[in-house]
Order: sequence, then structure tokens, then C-alpha cells
Amino acid sequence: MTERHLDLPASESDVRGLRAGDIVYLTGTLYTARDEAHMRALEWIKEGKAIPVDFGRGALYHCGPIMKKEGEGWKIVAAGPTTSSRMNGLEAEFIEKTGARLVIGKGGMNKAVGEAMRKFGAAYLAFTGGAAVLAAQRVRKVAGVHWLDLGMPEAVWVLEAEDFGPLTVGMDAEGKSLFEEVAKRIDKNAAEAKKRLGI
Amino acid sequence: MKSIPDALIEDTVVELLRFAVTRLPADVERALERIYGEETEAASKMQMKAILENLELAKKTGTPLCQDTGIHVFFVRLGPKSGDLEAIIRKAVERGTKEIPLRPNAVHPLTRKNPGNNLGIHMPYIYFEPGTEDYLEITVMPKGAGSENMSQMAMLTPSSGEKGVKEFALSTLLRAGGNPCPPVLIGMGIGGSADICMGLAKKALLRPLGSHNPDPAVASLEKTLFEALNGIGIGPMGLGGKNTLLGFHIEHAFCHTASHPVAINIQCWAARRATARIHPDGKVEYLTHKKEGE
Repeated sequence: MTERHLDLPASESDVRGLRAGDIVYLTGTLYTARDEAHMRALEWIKEGKAIPVDFGRGALYHCGPIMKKEGEGWKIVAAGPTTSSRMNGLEAEFIEKTGARLVIGKGGMNKAVGEAMRKFGAAYLAFTGGAAVLAAQRVRKVAGVHWLDLGMPEAVWVLEAEDFGPLTVGMDAEGKSLFEEVAKRIDKNAAEAKKRLGI
Repeated sequence: MKSIPDALIEDTVVELLRFAVTRLPADVERALERIYGEETEAASKMQMKAILENLELAKKTGTPLCQDTGIHVFFVRLGPKSGDLEAIIRKAVERGTKEIPLRPNAVHPLTRKNPGNNLGIHMPYIYFEPGTEDYLEITVMPKGAGSENMSQMAMLTPSSGEKGVKEFALSTLLRAGGNPCPPVLIGMGIGGSADICMGLAKKALLRPLGSHNPDPAVASLEKTLFEALNGIGIGPMGLGGKNTLLGFHIEHAFCHTASHPVAINIQCWAARRATARIHPDGKVEYLTHKKEGE
């Protein structure tokens, strides 16, 4: 396990150098996108329309922040990660089409996403779910917002972050997943729990 | 009988929302600190450290500890005469959304349109319960989606008995994995009808940690399930660890002799709830939180 401080955008070799279990801090632009923004981005790309941000230039963040309007701009209030598995069915295509290399979220993602990460050189970084004030403190500035018609949680927020972390590499570009390793241990424990419960 | 002024109820509900989203009740905070102390692996220790640091920061800055300030479920125990409580609570939720601020989460279930104020048909949702006390009691439970989405219910057959309940508990927890932000509190409903059963599961989440169901048979099942499942290894945020549960609470109701309903409602580590009693003389008692200076 090593600790790394990465500047965004991260190169393919930067990302391929990350190993599951490493601790990472990111400096640069984070773009939030949840269910609705994933769906719209993929739809626009399919229609040949340009999407407003280049996810490959920063990190994709599964997050629906609380923002407060201040004058012409926005102030970030709270911005922890959302459950990544909701985007399981969309992420492989999203990585392929947008060039996103770093995906920040919580709870991990499925094998299909892991396979896309291996193929295109991307990684999944886990941030502590619910730690929203901690996350907001690492955001220097809200640089903008797109697709606000989707509502505050589902819009694409452009965040300038400094040493955003600690993030745990949950899935690396070699196809290794911490969540799968934990699942193996859980299988063993579940057999034990069944015995204890008499089921 | 004197009635409680609308404005006092409204202000109290805004205060309850603020308390609920910025500070956890003492029993939950203590449980999280205990788990931090018990975890030994680097990954789980780091998750618990971030959780505790975040709690301190939220308290210090008075900001919501999690960006998912949930949808708002209220439990109201009616006391003295008071005005149109639904209208007052809706007004307070709209105000709280702006003033605290809360994230506007409530959307139309099909069009997914977000009005931006956390209001919609049946939202906030309010459970009214008749009471005989001379005060009005209001509880708010801001419920985030990460844990709510992992909820499950089953209409088992009576012949599957307690074994069926145990199997359901294990499979629901395994299916949820790290998604609902563990360590989680499990609320289980047993009995009633389908709707009553899930309602009981939700109500079980309001009980303070460390409390037990008054029925010894149910309390014993709570203990058995907690002890068997806490060490399952999902751990804080699903990254592995010794503790997966904050608690396992069961509420029950008598049911049809041909039915065996069981439901699980999951609560993330941010087990937010806030309760106040409003007396006709204008005194407000907060049961779950202390006001500044108290």
C-alpha cells in the first residue's frame, strides 16, 4: 500500500500504476455525475451532440452535492459520494465514450465496469460514504455547473479540488478489486453465520 | 384546551431538521466511537476515522454531515389541539431546505422532475399517531437513499418460521454489501400485513441503540441475529472489518394465521433522528439533542 498525490488530468500510465489498496489524493478538476447525467451524456454522444465537459480532463465523481447560491456563483456545503453501483449498467460505456480514467464513489462497481477499467486504463477510487463536510473542505472552488435542469443532485458540477482524499483504490486497471476480495472473505463468514443461526 | 401556536410548531420542526442533519444522537455517536476503537485493519480504521472527523466538522460548522439529507419522514404523536399539522410541517420542510440548507431530493416518481423544495404529493410523509399526553411530540427521520434502496420485504409462508426470518436477514444483508454505508442499523418488521410490516421495520430504526424489544422472544431473536451477522466481514463502507452493524432492531405485530410477513429497512451509519415535545405553555423539550448552552 502506497500513498500517492496525483495531479489531474492523470495520464494512462499514472492510472495503470495504481494498485488496489493504495491511498490517493487528487488535485485538479472533479466532475460530478449520477444516474441522470450518465444517461443524458450517453444519449447526447449517441446523437453526435457535444457534451459540456471532458470527463477525461479530470475525475468523474459519483456525487450529488448540496450547493448554496452566493451572488453569481455557488458555495459548496456538503459533497460526499453516492452509491456507485446504481451506475453499474452505464459505466462501462461511459468510460469508453467519455475517456473518464478515474471514477470516485462509494461501495464499488461490478465486473463489467472492472473489465472496462482494465481495457481502457481506468480506476475506481472509494471515498468514505457520508463524509460530506470532509469532502467539501477539499474543494477550493465551484467552477461551474451544467445541466442544472436535472436538479441539484443530478446536475454536473465542476469542482476544483486540492488534495481530495483520502481515497482508497478500490478497483485498479489490472482488474483487481478490493470489494471482490472482501466478498470472498464474506462468503466464508456467511457459512459460519449460517451454522450459528441453524439455517 | 389551549392550542399550540402554528409558528412555534413550524420553528420547532425547522430546528429538528437542523439538529437531525448536523449532529447525530449521542447513542449513535458513542457506537461509532466504539467501533473505531475495535477496528484493527488499516482500511476499516481509516473509514471510521473519516466518519468521526466528519462528525466533528459538521458539528463545528453547523453544516449537514452528509450531502444526502434524505427525504423527510415524520412521526407525530398528537397531543393538545393544534392547527393543520401537515401544512405546518410542509412549510417547515420548505424553509429548512433553504435555511439549513438541505439538498432538494424529492422528485416525481415517473417524470423525475425536481421542484427544488423537497415537497410533493405525500412528501414529506407523516405518520400520525393518536396520543393522550398534554404535549405534541414530533420526530423527524431524514432518510437517505443509499440505505433505503437496500430495503427488502418478503411474504414468507408460516411453515418457514423463525428459520425463514433468519435466512431473509442474512440474504438481505449480503445483497446490500457495502452499498448502504455500513456500519448499518437494521430495522426489521415481523408480522402485520405487507404495509404494516415495512412500517414497523422503519419504526424500529427510531429506537435508541442498545434498546431491546419488550417481548422476550423477539428480543432474543434481535440478539441472535446481531451476534451472528455483525462479524460477517462487510465492515465499514464495505471495505472489510470486524463490525458491520450498529444494531439489529425488530418490531412486531400480530398477523393473519396464514401470513408470515418480514421486512428490512436499512439505516446507514448516519442514523439521523430528532424528537421534540411541544407543551401548550410554549415550552419545547428536545429529547435527542441538546440546545446550545444546555
